[in-house]
Amino acid sequence: MKKAWSFARDISLYAIKGGPFFYAWMLFLFFFILVGLYTSYRQFSEGLILTGATDQIPLEMFFANFVFTAHVAAAAVLVVAPGYFYHRKDIKELAVIGEIIAMVFVATGITFILYHMGRPDRLFHMIPGIGFLNFPNSMLVYDTIVLNVYLLLNLTGVVYILYNKYVGTFDSKHLARWFTPIVYLAIAWGPLIHIVTAFVLASNARMVPWATAVLPFGFLSMAGASGPALIILIFLLTRKYSKLQINDSIIDLLTTIIAWSLGILMLVFAAEIFSVLYSSTEHAASLKYTMFGHNGLNKYVPWFWGDIGTLIGCFIALLFPGVRRSYNFWLPIVCLLVFFGVLVEKPMVLVFPAFSPSPLGEYTEYHTTLIEFLNVLFIWAVAFLWLTLIIKGAIGILTGEVRYRKSPPRKAVQH
Amino acid sequence: MSEENNTNPEESADLDNSRRDFLRYVCTSSAAALVVASESSAAAVVEEANSADAEVTVAEFFQGHFVLMSDEEKKQAIARLEKRYSAQYGKKTTVSDVAAPDGVLFGYALDMSKCIGCRRCVHACAEENNQSRGESAIQWIQVMKIPKGNISFSAEELEKGYPEKSRFGDYGVQVGGNAYHPAGLTTEGAQSYYQDEAVPDKDFFYMPVQCQQCEKPPCVKACPVRATFRDHAGVVLIDYNWCIGCRMCQLACPYHARRFNWGEPNLPAEEMNPKTHYFGNRPRMKGVMEKCTFCVQRTREGRNPACLEACPVGARKFGNLLDPESDVRKVLATKRVFRFKEEFGTYPKFFYYIG
Repeated sequence: MKKAWSFARDISLYAIKGGPFFYAWMLFLFFFILVGLYTSYRQFSEGLILTGATDQIPLEMFFANFVFTAHVAAAAVLVVAPGYFYHRKDIKELAVIGEIIAMVFVATGITFILYHMGRPDRLFHMIPGIGFLNFPNSMLVYDTIVLNVYLLLNLTGVVYILYNKYVGTFDSKHLARWFTPIVYLAIAWGPLIHIVTAFVLASNARMVPWATAVLPFGFLSMAGASGPALIILIFLLTRKYSKLQINDSIIDLLTTIIAWSLGILMLVFAAEIFSVLYSSTEHAASLKYTMFGHNGLNKYVPWFWGDIGTLIGCFIALLFPGVRRSYNFWLPIVCLLVFFGVLVEKPMVLVFPAFSPSPLGEYTEYHTTLIEFLNVLFIWAVAFLWLTLIIKGAIGILTGEVRYRKSPPRKAVQH
Repeated sequence: MSEENNTNPEESADLDNSRRDFLRYVCTSSAAALVVASESSAAAVVEEANSADAEVTVAEFFQGHFVLMSDEEKKQAIARLEKRYSAQYGKKTTVSDVAAPDGVLFGYALDMSKCIGCRRCVHACAEENNQSRGESAIQWIQVMKIPKGNISFSAEELEKGYPEKSRFGDYGVQVGGNAYHPAGLTTEGAQSYYQDEAVPDKDFFYMPVQCQQCEKPPCVKACPVRATFRDHAGVVLIDYNWCIGCRMCQLACPYHARRFNWGEPNLPAEEMNPKTHYFGNRPRMKGVMEKCTFCVQRTREGRNPACLEACPVGARKFGNLLDPESDVRKVLATKRVFRFKEEFGTYPKFFYYIG
């Protein structure tokens, strides 16, 4: 117990100390958190009427961002899997960072869903025993289960690894008997949460653009692009500002994953666009609206082409070795473009235009409100606050700067 | 073809001006009216009521799904609601929990050839079922105004099309110039927010759409907490106190039949209908779904839905699908009947026919 207390204290103290760049980043996040506390209060007291959602477009920015967090959370296993499946020693040490990203992003996704609910105060209706779960029929029930289990799996993994490294009892060759299955389960669970999230959307026959068999493939390939893009950015910052060594080979592996995820994504887009547009039945109406507009309503047209162009451009750029190895300039730029390209695709291409035409032939544009936007920024600010602090604490433990004072001295800094 | 939501379409021209002005007055000053009305009439009508009774109690917050309650719990829940609504709206409000009759499957039939698009059903529905008014108006029936095919084709388009010129001729050999003009029953080109001085418009026909009370409702399948479910008589209902507001049912519905209370509903006390049913027209709260229930508060007592009574041309028929003598069964036996969007495999019990 004393060890656990000391673990929590040491890791927290290490996490909150940093250079001017770190404090500026914290201040930046706290600004949006303070503003967001007020706008969240407004939304929870007055209701979703403060968002831009309507009966025509009942999903807001929160739901769109939730899908994106599922992308990144699922993709974090790409840092865990190579170590455990291919025994790549260089990346196995960093597996815990992947689990932290998965943990924080799935928690962020759950937060977005809380903001999406009309009655968050009644969520206890979903607790079996007290409430009633419409199992096995409702897809949202599956999603609730897989997201919460994924959160628990990763929380267990992160705490186990960090704590054992902290007290000096971690041995990657002799993991606890109960822990190994958890790691493999968590790796399998990553794609699972994403496939289930895709099925939540694809299960609605009337949402024609989503009721397509390529949706899970599109989601997984976008996950494979946006997740590693964020992870590369984190790794590049980590090795620049901390003592933790991260080899180029790891960055190269992740870059390859992004490039070929984008490659598969091109095929998924092409398959969907071709099979819908060639016959051009009523099922094409929504895609045509997104691509070309409808009777002067063309809000999504520039977003669609800009986004597709960005992703294709990033794919082509990553085919050049010069870009892939430009660790301090081109690669971070491409990673940022991929990250935001996939993030923006969620509301502006996947979610909002999919509601036009409505079942009764209405075309609608979505108008995000300021309060909704600030709430989205609030959730992201909290997410990045946790992400920064937990990863920073983990770096302290991985580099050996933070460890239990009575533990045996470590042989060398592992990497 | 409008991007506006929750708008209150203007009454059609045959309603007199005073009523229209009254509605406008309600729209603009409903919040003030609510306060004034509840303060002045609460004392007169329900003497013992105090403002604390108008709040949701802890017991109501923690109540279970109504269908799963014991008889005693149901009695208490009904008493709680009656007390709260009576205090809130300043009039004696009853909340019924009359069960669905045995041996009954409710069905509805609508004569497309008779409907004139006057939207009296829409407003009768809103008044009967205590929908939100004004800025945040909710309407359970949406009337589509659909162009007749007679305005779809023109001689000017005859030489156009794709390809414009080819060895087979200088007209659209593959795609005719008159393509892309909707004709007949289609939602393409349908208008739901028409504001005509007089109805019917001779170049259009009308199609009212409300909850189709599917035998295989996708909304019920999608609800994570079974807040929405089919009752014994085949009507899809919602426990407003159990709904968690996730809107998966709205995504699942192919008829755009479900409406969400995005904010606190705005129901002026003087317009509130105090004869309510737990699953029907009792006042709703912020953040829950609602929709047509075939007027469960009326039809479970053997009356007709409000929309049927309001229809000036007799386009609407309601009854028991298991009773050969019912109006709706007679329509099914003698008319050319179809279901809207039958390709979704939802098997609605709302039928359209050409009379």
